[in-house]
Amino acid sequence: MKKQRRVHEFKPGSVFYACLVYLFLYLPIFVVIAFSFNTSKMNITFEGFTLEWYGRMFENRQLMQSFFNTVIVAGVSTVLSVIIGTLCALGLYKFEFKLKNVLSTSLYIPIVIPELVFAIALLIFFTSLNISMNMATLIISHVTFSMPFVVITVRARLAGFDRSVEEAARDLGANEFRTFMRVTLPMISPGVLSGGMLALTMSLDDVVVSFFTAGPESTTLPLKILGMVRKGVSPDVNALSTLMIVGTIVILLTSTMIQGRLERKM
Amino acid sequence: MIKSFKKHLGIFGTVGPTMLWLGVFLLIPLIYVIGISFLTKNAYGGVDFTVTLSNYVSLFQSEYGKVFADSLLLSLETTVICLLAGYPFAYIIANAPKKWKPFLVLLLMLPFWTNSLIRTYGWNTLLRTEGIINHFLQWIGVTDRPLEMLYTDGAVLLGMVYALLPFTVLPIHTSIEKLDPSLLEAAGDLGAGKVHVFTRVVLPLTMPGIFAGSIQTFIPSLGFFFISDMMGGAKTMYIGNLIKNQFLSARNWPLGAVLSIVLIVITLILMRLYTRVGSLEDMA
Amino acid sequence: MEQTRDKVIISLKNVDKSFEDERVVKRLNLEIEEGEFLTMLGPSGCGKTTTLRMIAGFEYPTSGQIFLEGADVESKKPNERDVNTVFQNYALFPHMNVFDNIAFGLVEKKVKKDEIRRRVEEMIKLVRLDGLEKRMPSQMSGGQKQRVAIARALVNRPRVLLLDEPLGALDLKLRKQMQVELKHLQKQLGITFIYVTHDQEEALTMSDRIAVMNQGNLEQVGTPEEIYNHPETKFVADFIGESNIIEGYIEEMDEDAIWVTMESGKARIGERGYRLEEMVYLCVRPENLKLSTEPIEGFRFRGQVKEHIFVGSVNKTMIELPNGQMLKAETPAEDELIPVGTVVNVYWNPGKAVVMRTAEEQIYNVIEQSVEIEGMTNDQIF
Repeated sequence: MKKQRRVHEFKPGSVFYACLVYLFLYLPIFVVIAFSFNTSKMNITFEGFTLEWYGRMFENRQLMQSFFNTVIVAGVSTVLSVIIGTLCALGLYKFEFKLKNVLSTSLYIPIVIPELVFAIALLIFFTSLNISMNMATLIISHVTFSMPFVVITVRARLAGFDRSVEEAARDLGANEFRTFMRVTLPMISPGVLSGGMLALTMSLDDVVVSFFTAGPESTTLPLKILGMVRKGVSPDVNALSTLMIVGTIVILLTSTMIQGRLERKM
Repeated sequence: MIKSFKKHLGIFGTVGPTMLWLGVFLLIPLIYVIGISFLTKNAYGGVDFTVTLSNYVSLFQSEYGKVFADSLLLSLETTVICLLAGYPFAYIIANAPKKWKPFLVLLLMLPFWTNSLIRTYGWNTLLRTEGIINHFLQWIGVTDRPLEMLYTDGAVLLGMVYALLPFTVLPIHTSIEKLDPSLLEAAGDLGAGKVHVFTRVVLPLTMPGIFAGSIQTFIPSLGFFFISDMMGGAKTMYIGNLIKNQFLSARNWPLGAVLSIVLIVITLILMRLYTRVGSLEDMA
Repeated sequence: MEQTRDKVIISLKNVDKSFEDERVVKRLNLEIEEGEFLTMLGPSGCGKTTTLRMIAGFEYPTSGQIFLEGADVESKKPNERDVNTVFQNYALFPHMNVFDNIAFGLVEKKVKKDEIRRRVEEMIKLVRLDGLEKRMPSQMSGGQKQRVAIARALVNRPRVLLLDEPLGALDLKLRKQMQVELKHLQKQLGITFIYVTHDQEEALTMSDRIAVMNQGNLEQVGTPEEIYNHPETKFVADFIGESNIIEGYIEEMDEDAIWVTMESGKARIGERGYRLEEMVYLCVRPENLKLSTEPIEGFRFRGQVKEHIFVGSVNKTMIELPNGQMLKAETPAEDELIPVGTVVNVYWNPGKAVVMRTAEEQIYNVIEQSVEIEGMTNDQIF
């Protein structure tokens, strides 16, 4: 069902323009990566290649802590979002109920309102309940903004789904649970996976919400960097940032490939 | 009876957790914001339960007027630049040779997958007085003294455009991809020249993408306080930083709440306009 | 009609089904015999698919009962019924290859692995898909998918196979071929087939019996021959094959014949059992309609030849009656044509015309019946 597009050739003007935009998008990322291998302590000129900072970063306890916090928050909030969000999408697909429209609309609130508003709302909420900010508040906040993306992605997958396939499974002797495990779940798995990827991306990318809902012990790497920027950033931060950039890209690239394979099979 | 009980159990078991979650961690906190906007701040940075409208009245102080004007202008500039730069870019990618397209789309996705603060921090490094760009400019002889580029309004705009450009491009790219190429051929067949094919067919049909992209750029830009923290000077105050300050340094929560409500109202107005041309589904 | 049938395998008793306010199946009574090929035929929206889905267990009757081998199946879920379905759009599991699709039901029944292998391979041979075991549904043609869907249902050795317009998505040539194959398969396995279609030709070629449905009502049940030659309602006459349907009323009657008077003429028909003055439809197939320039005994029925249309093996002749109604007659291509414009006598062989009560008469009958129902349900309530 591929659309037949006319064969397009690169036009020199287009190529130049696209390269310029890509350069704009990638230059700062390259700078961070390049300076992580720089022998100089100052992020000014590249003086020589070294892996020193990749060793040094492990000695910076606070920095490592913030890195692990980032990973833990992203991991836990993604798993929670995927479970809760997939269940919700299934419920919205299967059942008719009174609050369905309210729920469907509410799901878009975290997506459209500015993160800042949502962040201070949570800050006020937690503070008024005398809950001090910690990993739990951070994870809760991340789930709140990433879970709707899972619901919407999985729901989109379910929308293009032929109900008679589930009926066929029932017809062939599978009960409701077996039908879910053997047919529904495998069929929505690409949607669940891409929802999970979105949730992970949202969590790793977040600064604003974390800024208000993280406690002193649960600060994340981006927040740590934000605190250091004015004073000047040490090269081990570049090393750790590089690690985070590369790690994220590897994980998401792998998931994209798995997802592509799952979808192609069907 | 048993059937309906089972159905209710099914509904509760599936959408229940989400409903509870959104109720407790989204709707109640938002109600708190509205509630607190009518209370009075006390001397210790907390809140007294004295109902007042004075927080709303203080919005009309001239200093806040300037903050709003500056912020809206910055967000508008950001959106317009992102659109002007992003549309042709999205168009080029969507019409690239088949062999290249997956790779180009992937290249577009990668910045999404990288934390926007870390990306912007790269610009901070580049723009410093003693940074690479200044070195380069001096080396090629454009200038003999380092230029003050970081901590200016221009740097903030650059940071905003940089952080949000992918969010503008992606919805536009999707809407161009959806375009049926036979429509373009039909338009050409009916006598439209290249310019007219674009203005009369391509542009109207990709409008939903343009609107979705603009909204996804404009709304977050209002709250991205960390960009101005990293790239801007102390001269210009934006609404995001103003709100942040009410909760951290100034500790005037009621005022912060009122300012947040202003942001919500701006968002609602924009969404109202948006749902006339596009659907919510296109936003996600 | 005196065929000795085996026992009844499925029986529907007063089955009614409504979706919200819409009553899609109305008081349906139908018995399906073991080993027969029964086709439910009707236009889209006539309730045939809903009936099939109620037998499968995907829908439950609003009222009435369904018996499978004598047992009421009301409380049984689809997975607990000994029937299998071949779906309209195949409904193959997109994430499983041919082998796993066919094995699905056996895995659910916890059949041993080597037996699964044996039975699935046997089925693959039966539907001639050898060598395609590892193919995914997305890599197959419509005809191949159809075979997988049939094999997937049959491998469970169901007592009854339900087929919901299984050939609808195939092109004409493939459809003809699959019709023959399905019929053979049914004969070979001796399984009861309930086949839903809107294609009358398909129904006539494949079925042992046809149940014609319209707007939720069962219009007629009978062998293809009965349905074609002796339609009981105007709808059946009209829906199956081409018919000339002429309205009239009974003016005269004697021992063994009635005179039907129509707006455009009169005809004597060898039928009994009607009342005087009763409104009826006369139904004559185009191939039975004859034309003559000479008067014919028993007919006072004239029209003007308007047009001849050559359609390969036959000629179709259009005749206009004085009241403006057009009749169709079919004559073998080699017969000589009556020139256009000639006024002719229209007639038919005795016994080739079908007389049926008009809709008003039928409504009258239905009202009588529904009064009965009302009384019955009231009894049940109190």
